[in-house]
Amino acid sequence: MEKYDLVVIGGGPAGLAAAIEAKDNGVESILVLERDQELGGILQQCIHNGFGLHVFKEELTGPEYAERFIDKLKQAGIDYWLNTMVVDLNNERILHCVSKEYGFKTIKAEAVILAMGCRERTRGAINIPGTRPSGVFTAGTAQRYLNIEGYLVGKKVVILGSGDIGLIMARRMTLEGAKVLAVVELMPFSGGLNRNIVQCLNDFDIPLYLSHTLTQIKGKDRVEQVVVSEVDSQRRPIPGTEIVYDCDTVLLSVGLIPENELSEEAGVLIDPRTSGPVVNEAMETNLEGIFACGNVVHVHDLVDFVTQESQRAGRFAAKYIQKQLDTKQTEIQTIAGEGIGYIVPQKVRISNIEDKLELFMRVKQVYNQVEVVVKTNQGILKKVKKRHMAPGEMEHMSIPKKDIEAMDIHEIHVEIQEVQA
Amino acid sequence: MEDKKIKDVIVVGAGIAGTYVARELARYALDIVVLDQESDVANATTMANSAIVHAGYDAKPGTQKSRFNIEGNAMFDQVCEELDVPFKRIGSLVVGFDEEDRKTIEKMYADGMKNNIPGMSILDQGQVKALEPNISEKVQVALYAKTAGIVSPFELAIALAENGIDNGVHYELNTQVTGIDKEDTCYAVHTNRGSLYAKVIVNCAGVYADYISRMVGDRSYTIQPRKGEYYLLDKKAGKLFEHVIFQTPTAKGKGVLITPTVHGNVLVGPDSNFVGEKDDVSTEAMSLEDIRRVATKSSDKIPFHQVIRTFAGLRASSTTGDFIIGESQVAKGFVHVGGFESPGLSAAPAVATYVANFIGETLLKSAKNPEFKPRRRPVVRFAELSLQDKQKYVEKDPNYGNIICRCEQVTEAEIVDCIHRNMGATTVKGVKKRTRPGMGRCQGGFCGPRVVEILARELKCPVEAVSYNGEKAYIVTEETKKQLR
Amino acid sequence: MRQENLICISCPVGCHLDIEIPSEGEWKITGNKCKRGITYAKAELTNPVRILTSTVKIENAHLKRLPVRSNDPIPKKLMFQAMELINTTVVQGPVAMGDILIENILDTGVNIIASRSMD
Repeated sequence: MEKYDLVVIGGGPAGLAAAIEAKDNGVESILVLERDQELGGILQQCIHNGFGLHVFKEELTGPEYAERFIDKLKQAGIDYWLNTMVVDLNNERILHCVSKEYGFKTIKAEAVILAMGCRERTRGAINIPGTRPSGVFTAGTAQRYLNIEGYLVGKKVVILGSGDIGLIMARRMTLEGAKVLAVVELMPFSGGLNRNIVQCLNDFDIPLYLSHTLTQIKGKDRVEQVVVSEVDSQRRPIPGTEIVYDCDTVLLSVGLIPENELSEEAGVLIDPRTSGPVVNEAMETNLEGIFACGNVVHVHDLVDFVTQESQRAGRFAAKYIQKQLDTKQTEIQTIAGEGIGYIVPQKVRISNIEDKLELFMRVKQVYNQVEVVVKTNQGILKKVKKRHMAPGEMEHMSIPKKDIEAMDIHEIHVEIQEVQA
Repeated sequence: MEDKKIKDVIVVGAGIAGTYVARELARYALDIVVLDQESDVANATTMANSAIVHAGYDAKPGTQKSRFNIEGNAMFDQVCEELDVPFKRIGSLVVGFDEEDRKTIEKMYADGMKNNIPGMSILDQGQVKALEPNISEKVQVALYAKTAGIVSPFELAIALAENGIDNGVHYELNTQVTGIDKEDTCYAVHTNRGSLYAKVIVNCAGVYADYISRMVGDRSYTIQPRKGEYYLLDKKAGKLFEHVIFQTPTAKGKGVLITPTVHGNVLVGPDSNFVGEKDDVSTEAMSLEDIRRVATKSSDKIPFHQVIRTFAGLRASSTTGDFIIGESQVAKGFVHVGGFESPGLSAAPAVATYVANFIGETLLKSAKNPEFKPRRRPVVRFAELSLQDKQKYVEKDPNYGNIICRCEQVTEAEIVDCIHRNMGATTVKGVKKRTRPGMGRCQGGFCGPRVVEILARELKCPVEAVSYNGEKAYIVTEETKKQLR
Repeated sequence: MRQENLICISCPVGCHLDIEIPSEGEWKITGNKCKRGITYAKAELTNPVRILTSTVKIENAHLKRLPVRSNDPIPKKLMFQAMELINTTVVQGPVAMGDILIENILDTGVNIIASRSMD
């Protein structure tokens, strides 16, 4: 059995930042386990720019962002195993992993950081009726084929979902010689960044159909056609609005799901609203010594926030390993009130907060001209006016520790209030 | 493919019927060829059904369905052990909600007793709840049948094909029968790839069985394909139900079933609709909603938010209402395995044995094959091994350390093996049917490119040539930067 | 007076810009949260430019494709031409992040550089 102070499961942006930060905070024996052929995670196939604006004050491509952390990890001398899959983890932080190179390994860790990222929602999960030919891909899988392997998955493409992955692939496929016929979006607004509507759709005259969805896929062996319908305010297809597209490929960009199979098997408590572990201010799960960060906790929009959150996890894992983490004090809850879908962290031990309590949340619907109100049992703590909020844009609130540490707080409550006109 | 030598038997169709008949025929010293128009065995009905081995009370007593179901059910333990195919006798419940259902259940029980079906009993509400805690409060009564089971029908067909080839059977895939002529001493079977000749033909062509029959002038039945749609749920839902749960048939129909699958998923469905096209396996929003509504009668705990896939399959429903097993009245040496809808899977071992015996003993008076080996080399299922065994396998062969399918924990070693066995996989779907990558919750999103890479490497072909399910079902169109070529 | 509405693409925020263009004199640009919005608005309405990211075929490396980027934006109208050039380039590994692979592409003064190291 191998022993490490810290094992990080996942060598993408979350795992890399967490491992480096733990090393910088005094943890010596660290092992990063990565299932892919190299470090960097999903960033290696995100060849477009837009990463690092907050962390580096520069706009980097995914691989550029990844390389900065990969270089730091290597310089720090942190161990990592590639092509290695963790098959088993228990609540005593004993895990089993397999790889061609290292064989079957049993590892005991003082602390574990879960950084497994997320997977894509599939056609099966959203139930698009019709036949089941080849040619239906999730956008990320098509991106892997194109950017890593070097293959175009199709020539005439319809994309379902206007989140950033769908928009980015609309541009990428077009640049590599495919024709993207349309991007179809169920909601009345796009899920992706405005800039991507401009530089991925408008630049190439690719039409965006809001409040529409795919109601059928046709084709015997390979996709031949799709049927697109308008939807009503309940998101139900409106009969009579069907348009048929001749195409050979469907790309799905219909959501990401944190990949917590290992977490659940270990007994980690999952928040059904995030599909990720319930964590506290230290990014620690309900299982002692098991931390989590990045997309495995909740799906992020910007990798910069993944890095910051993961560095926090790394620092706290270090404190835990060095037995400097106060685990005994009461945890208070953060409560998602009116309009708020979820808050991470779900629990807080106030005395552990570093400088500021960082709250991350998503709203349940689009809001314009509202206030985000943070309350405790002692009254209103903070109010922030917001011109525009949407479920696709993660919100972030910082509460200075000094503003709350002296108070006798039982809970922190966040809600949306209409601004009094 | 031009082979003038007269074979003993040509089997048309490589689903559960054709692969089983051919394997049983291999017990005789016969020259056997199986033809299928698809790119793999078990590519139509056999891969899209409820996967249930019925106890046999359901079929009308006195019919071929009834006789062969009851015989076949008892044969599953042996064949699945010999061929290393997953099979579990989990028992079944036909649940009833009112007095009318109770009467129907009592009749089914009586019919079952008449046919000596073992292990049946009628349960009251409390007893049903004890067996199935997640069953609806509205269930009042149930018919319990101990001998019902679940199997992997396509793995069984694949194993039968592999074992058949091991024992000398020859398979020709991508081969569609276009016409049959009676010659002096044999039949001439014309296909899209040339003609073959044989003394005996066995018609196992599923929904196309009537087309094939007509080619020899036999119009004794018509096949009307009946489509059934299904929901497949994540393994996370796998512990909710322990038995196959049927609903009592009423005038309105047979209801919808809920069942664990042999791999730990949950299957909900099917409905039943006649369709015009023999290859219409599309799902429809309204049918799926109906299935959901009807299934919820049996249990309101079905976690539909954990659906990972929906699919549909066709039943070969005969106008005669029963199987058609036996020699054609019109064409000597032409043997029907027709109308092979439910309980076809359950009946398959008995039907195949009967047909093979008939051909071997009566029609061809053949000697036995002394070399016949009923067992195939066991399949390693890494995900099901204990931790110690996983370690042993990884130490023995590092390819067991390379996990390709994260959701189902399938290793490179298993995939490479399934490509190189007899009746090995040649497509992504073929790998999926044999070893499960693509059957998990990510539906091939992670493993897809990796499986394609392995197929290209093992089959020594370019990535563009690797298909999902036969040549027309291509995956990637081309390598990029083609300006360079 | 000409009125234009644009979404700035300089950074992920995507400010909505309102531009008033008089027949003579300074443009009036509002809605931007930083100076880059001004630069963007002026360029977009006179000579729109884009950062180009793509992959290039690479040999003698552990992968078959190398991600590349333009180190500065290039005129939007040259994008597909630039793609043609990139697609006919074969790079030999090993490569260091930032290596210039195509210098001064289409005479724009912009280089196509490696987006990562690869060996």
